[in-house]
Amino acid sequence: MSELMYQVIFYAVAALVLGSALIVAMSRNIVHSAFALLLTFFSVAGIYVFLSAEFLAVAQVVIYVGGILVLILFAVMLTNKVRDVNLSNPSAPPYIAAPLVMIIFAGLLWLIMKTPWKTVGPQEIGAINDIGNALMGRYLLAFEVAAVLLLGALLGAAYLARKRKS
Amino acid sequence: MISLQTFLIISAALFCLGLFIVLTRKNAVAILMGIELILNAASIALVSFSRFITPYGTGGIGGVVAPGAPATGGQTFVIFVIIIAVCEAAVALAIILNIYQNFRTVDTEQTKELKG
Repeated sequence: MSELMYQVIFYAVAALVLGSALIVAMSRNIVHSAFALLLTFFSVAGIYVFLSAEFLAVAQVVIYVGGILVLILFAVMLTNKVRDVNLSNPSAPPYIAAPLVMIIFAGLLWLIMKTPWKTVGPQEIGAINDIGNALMGRYLLAFEVAAVLLLGALLGAAYLARKRKS
Repeated sequence: MISLQTFLIISAALFCLGLFIVLTRKNAVAILMGIELILNAASIALVSFSRFITPYGTGGIGGVVAPGAPATGGQTFVIFVIIIAVCEAAVALAIILNIYQNFRTVDTEQTKELKG
């Protein structure tokens, strides 16, 4: 693949990320927001491929698209009246929020451009067996804590969402 | 090649869009979507730092990777971020369903029982 082709595909994926995130932010219909979020998650997986983190791209598609997005769609369907054709998604007037977010974005841009990053060019960031070795070696304690946290969170969710006898 | 700054700008823009959603939306499920966008932005920043900035020679305890060894730190952290996102989505869905049972709405401006 030629260099130009590579760049064109990268910028197309980046535009897809930001454009679909913009649809999530601006859409008046919450189902449209949810499907734009699906597109955002897929294109973030594309960004991971450009960072040569293929394992993360696959994990992103499986967990975010297959798990979290389905959870969000369930939440949308369970908390709206299904007969409403137009599932509205109200938002507060953005007179304060929009300038605030603009200021934060400008500050981040200034930081990114100003800082003299000591980059070493693209380096090897590890195949799947390196990640496995890291998870079972250096990060073993964090991995176990994450497992316990997942168990606790799922038990808590089941407890919170149970049917009450009354 | 695509530089580190490009990836960081994408990450910053995604973070700001997520923050905008969290600040303006009234529907609790939409706020949850904004939080997911913020977590994705953080993940992109972590992986791009891991790819472009060398982890060895930084000193410190356990922060040193042998020269030539692949840097797995960023990807491992992103795996933990995904685990946190799953936990947060599950618990948030349970809380939102409870709010819906009690108030018959998920509009964050109409659920003001604690407001005196």
